[in-house]
Amino acid sequence: MTSAGFLELSIYASFVMVMLSLAIAFIRLARGPTLADRVVALDMMTVTIIAVCGVAAVATGVYALIDVALVLALVGFLATVALARFAERRDARAEEARDD
Amino acid sequence: MTDILTGFFLLSGGFFALIAAIGVLRLPDVLTRMHASTKAGVLGSSLILVGSAIFLAEAEVTARVVLTILFLMLTTPIGAHMIGRASVRHLKKRHDEVENDR
Repeated sequence: MTSAGFLELSIYASFVMVMLSLAIAFIRLARGPTLADRVVALDMMTVTIIAVCGVAAVATGVYALIDVALVLALVGFLATVALARFAERRDARAEEARDD
Repeated sequence: MTDILTGFFLLSGGFFALIAAIGVLRLPDVLTRMHASTKAGVLGSSLILVGSAIFLAEAEVTARVVLTILFLMLTTPIGAHMIGRASVRHLKKRHDEVENDR
């Protein structure tokens, strides 16, 4: 097998694996019993989409996809922190309401 | 040579991303799921980004890849810490219930 053929094959295989992991993380997002499980699944999906950008940059040779990955890493962190703080506050408020 | 190295990095990155997703689906509670998604997930996407940096072989792309990986490794533990702190109340309640049943 030539090295270019190996690269072609590995691009397809890694696309399949990354998309499969995106789908599996989505199952956890839909199921997740608590809000924290859903936040974890969403965080996982953000990291996986960064991987998708990397594979797509190799497949197409478009440099801009690396910029997309960088921006996604920045924005995904903010989303995770905001959702985690929301979950924490919500639980605290529910407990306070029960105590009253 | 570059093609083979890129293919190796892409395949190993995809493998680790898949392992992380299976961990998120199969592990029993929030903390163990977080352990799968943060460690294996970041390793997988970092390997794929390194593969794309090797393939594109351009200084600006490499700088952005290094920045992205650095940022991921800096922020994922902080996010995981905050999710853990948010879910600790729920976990403690369940623990207390199990203790009372005993």
